Amino acid sequence: MKISINSLHKAFESRIRLGIMSALAVNDRLDFNSLKEYLDVTDGNLASHLKGLEKEAFIGVEKSFVGRKPNTKYCMTKKGKKAFDDHLKALEKLIRRIAE
Amino acid sequence: MKEEHDYIRDIAEMRSMMERTSKFLSLSGLAGLMAGIYALLGAYIAHNFFNFNPDELIYTSTSQNESSILTRVILLAFITLILTIGTAIFLSHKKANKRGEKLWNPTAKRLLINMAVPLIAGGLLILILISKGLIGFIAPFTLLFYGLALYNSSKFTYEEMRSLGLIEIGLGLISAYFVGYGLLFWALGFGVVHIIYGIYMHYRYER
Repeated sequence: MKISINSLHKAFESRIRLGIMSALAVNDRLDFNSLKEYLDVTDGNLASHLKGLEKEAFIGVEKSFVGRKPNTKYCMTKKGKKAFDDHLKALEKLIRRIAE
Repeated sequence: MKEEHDYIRDIAEMRSMMERTSKFLSLSGLAGLMAGIYALLGAYIAHNFFNFNPDELIYTSTSQNESSILTRVILLAFITLILTIGTAIFLSHKKANKRGEKLWNPTAKRLLINMAVPLIAGGLLILILISKGLIGFIAPFTLLFYGLALYNSSKFTYEEMRSLGLIEIGLGLISAYFVGYGLLFWALGFGVVHIIYGIYMHYRYER
């Protein structure tokens, strides 16, 4: 019996990244401030995790302006959605195995 | 390597984040209770002090008196609405603070947009009914459209809004048939049902 530890993507090891992906899984798009509020993290911390996820091509970025203020919105890419679903499934499998 | 309780916590956190970011959960049960009390008071004042109890669909305002009653009832309804909305915003704001969130966030926006469409359509229709003198339909239609708004937006907040919406829709339809009991059904739907749901929500989610 091989425990599918490999399917737990290392990009999801951080709780903040997992939180970002969870929030984006159920919202078409969210702006920086909403994410910050939900996750209760500092600007810098959130920005670096978002960069990381962007580098993996798990999330997409849409930059626009509200009046003169820049407004950055994030959304989940297809690749990100698949990785997130796989991660969730792998976690569930692991827990079920432990419970048996 | 992570321990098993880490995985369980991971999943729990993911689930909670998905719920928190897709549903408006700062809605206060006490606000429902207060809305019910305001509604009962409003209906009581309209009935006992203004003698407002339209028993026919077309409430003919031949005398000066009846049209001034209608004006007073509309003013009373307006005050009741403002009190209800004000209380709901105040108590939900308190609940949001307690949860460490802001009241105005994407979930609040989504909830309001989904409520607004049936409510505005219903509100405009009721203004048209008033202008045509079909006073007997006001109470049933407020129930009906309020129920539609709740049902429509229940995906974006507590699941109980769905059954509450269906109850209001049912009461609205019944009272549209039995026009003479419009005010009574209105007091039942906006008053009694709100109080019951408000208390239930408070005990289930806020203690």
